[in-house]
Amino acid sequence: MFFKAIKHAGFALAAVLALGLGLNPAPADAKTKVKVGFIGPLTGGTSSNGLGGRNSADLAVKLRNADKKAKYEYEMVVQDDECKPNIGVQAATKFGASKDIIAAATHYCSAVAISTVDVYHKFGLPVIVWGAVLPEITYGNDYKEIHRVNGTMINQNETAATFMRGLGYNTWAIIHDTTDYGKGHDKYFTQYVEKAGGKILGRFGVTSDQQDFSAELTKIKSLNPQVLYFGGLTPIGVRIRAQMDKLGVNALFQGTSGIVSDTFIQGSGPLAEGVLAFREGAPTEKLPGGKFFLEQYGKHKYAEPPEAYGAFAFAAMTLILDTIEKVGPDRKKVRDTLNKVAGKNAADSITGKISFDDHGQNTIALITKYVAQDGKWVIWEDSEYASGKRKLKGK
Amino acid sequence: MDVGLLGQYVMNGLMLGMMYALVAVGFTLFFGVMDIINFAHGDVLTVGAFAALATILGLAGIGVDSPWIQLAGATLVAVTTMAALGAVIARTLVLPLKGAPPLNTLLITLMLGTALHEGVRLFYPQGANPQRFPSLLPTDAYSFGHFTLRIDSLLVLTTGLLLIVGIHLLINRTKLGLAIRAVAQDEDTAKTMGINYTLIVLATFAIGSGLAAFAGVLHGLYYSEVNFAMGLLLGVIGFSAAIVGGLGNIYGAILGGFLFSALQTIGVLAMPFASAYKDVFAFAVVILIMAWRPTGLISEKISQRV
Repeated sequence: MFFKAIKHAGFALAAVLALGLGLNPAPADAKTKVKVGFIGPLTGGTSSNGLGGRNSADLAVKLRNADKKAKYEYEMVVQDDECKPNIGVQAATKFGASKDIIAAATHYCSAVAISTVDVYHKFGLPVIVWGAVLPEITYGNDYKEIHRVNGTMINQNETAATFMRGLGYNTWAIIHDTTDYGKGHDKYFTQYVEKAGGKILGRFGVTSDQQDFSAELTKIKSLNPQVLYFGGLTPIGVRIRAQMDKLGVNALFQGTSGIVSDTFIQGSGPLAEGVLAFREGAPTEKLPGGKFFLEQYGKHKYAEPPEAYGAFAFAAMTLILDTIEKVGPDRKKVRDTLNKVAGKNAADSITGKISFDDHGQNTIALITKYVAQDGKWVIWEDSEYASGKRKLKGK
Repeated sequence: MDVGLLGQYVMNGLMLGMMYALVAVGFTLFFGVMDIINFAHGDVLTVGAFAALATILGLAGIGVDSPWIQLAGATLVAVTTMAALGAVIARTLVLPLKGAPPLNTLLITLMLGTALHEGVRLFYPQGANPQRFPSLLPTDAYSFGHFTLRIDSLLVLTTGLLLIVGIHLLINRTKLGLAIRAVAQDEDTAKTMGINYTLIVLATFAIGSGLAAFAGVLHGLYYSEVNFAMGLLLGVIGFSAAIVGGLGNIYGAILGGFLFSALQTIGVLAMPFASAYKDVFAFAVVILIMAWRPTGLISEKISQRV
């Protein structure tokens, strides 16, 4: 607001004002205005995440506009996708068709993100997904326009596999539910753990409302794995953990993002102790630039909190602005430059390094490891298990 | 396969079969006396389990720490309230519809079942989440190779089996049982013999629903967890077990329950990499049995099907 006022008042007045207030001189010449876009769910059930994302992207734009070295003045255009694919496609089309929008940070909901990729490709609008986790958004196509800063279940399982192998576990049995979520976890965890030299002794698909797992668990007991990997959500996770105990299955219980909830701990009671799980992202204050981000966010007094993915929206928008600064407001150039953000050219962000692979997926995605300790999910590095004070099962 | 592992499978199968049989007996009792199918039965089990859980938490809240007293109190509350609920269902929903097409009763109980479990989901604190059911029985475990025998599982199984025997004795050795059988066989003749028809129907619903509540408590103790949807599949399986055994016949229901659990266990063993299909397998076999013996494995002595 302050800077806009200066611009309208004209150069002379601005200089006087600035000097009078003891601030740095305002930009000497009017900068070219460049438009960037943001789409997220601003209304409906997931709107808290959408509003947090919007505020965070807005913060990135505000900070850039406040930077006197910036070549352009940015304006962020916002659209609401309501977490509905059809509304999302309309919003995407609007952005795609407005040629003055150079790039956009888009979508929190996977279902919306996956249905809009074709639109962005058709209009040649480079986008960076800031919140949706479905792997197919980046891996289901070869579109050069689509990028993503946050991790997916692929990254989650890669981290999980490497980490577990690092702890010295060798053998696994897998129970997964037969939804896309469970099957995806089964597929990617198997892929990475086998690559790392681990062995899958058995694999059991179960329905997501199954009650009795005694037959599967008895079979697993006879296979005697060190770890039971569970790819699914909290309700059956609770049941499996309880029934493992009844049947004397003495393996470590390893879950996915689907069980990182208080409900799992309440439902499992003391049996939750020492359960491991992994999740994309991290608590914002634990991010490399989390402190800076939260400080700035606090200063700008947004009405809503940034939520879990706000930092990713900030990182996505910052990367877009950096790229436009570098190559100018041109969709094609921005797209190609974004695709080169990899390896040596990896970008720094508050969420850590960003490096895109061939599909525009950030490969240095942040995954947090959790362990249940004393009835709470504790970040692995802060836990007594990591410090050696307590021992995981089979160690 | 080694003996320990086999023993474990048999134990699992017996446990599941016992639960299914308890539910199936309820279905078959209702069908026997009233010729109706009560689709709310599985959800009565759910409500019973939650009533027990609430009682345990309540007793713990007022400082009653003895697990045995908690368990006895919980079972008592669950069984009596569900027996009362069963009688109310019979009085208000089933008996008034006696002359109506059977489809109406079927629909009304189906809707009641939905109302019951949705009620648990909405009105029990955090009812949409799985709830931990406290372990009130001793948890000592003995291992024999791959076979782990837990005292609590053994107690649950024994109680369940005793309950089934008890129901059998009640139906076959008591005056009440005689009256229930009489009504089941011929309503009009039973009435002329001085049997209070309404009272017997209410008693039958109370017994069946109380049994479901008891099964709910055993379910909670065995799985250490209860949830609002637990009765849905149990209801369907209990119903199928009752049909396969021969609807209206208590032995048929018990047989059907154990048969179904055996099929599920075999399903996982026979198709280790397609365990998600164990229910498909079990229900497919049930369909085959139905095609082979449409009136069930043990059919009613007097069949009046039209």
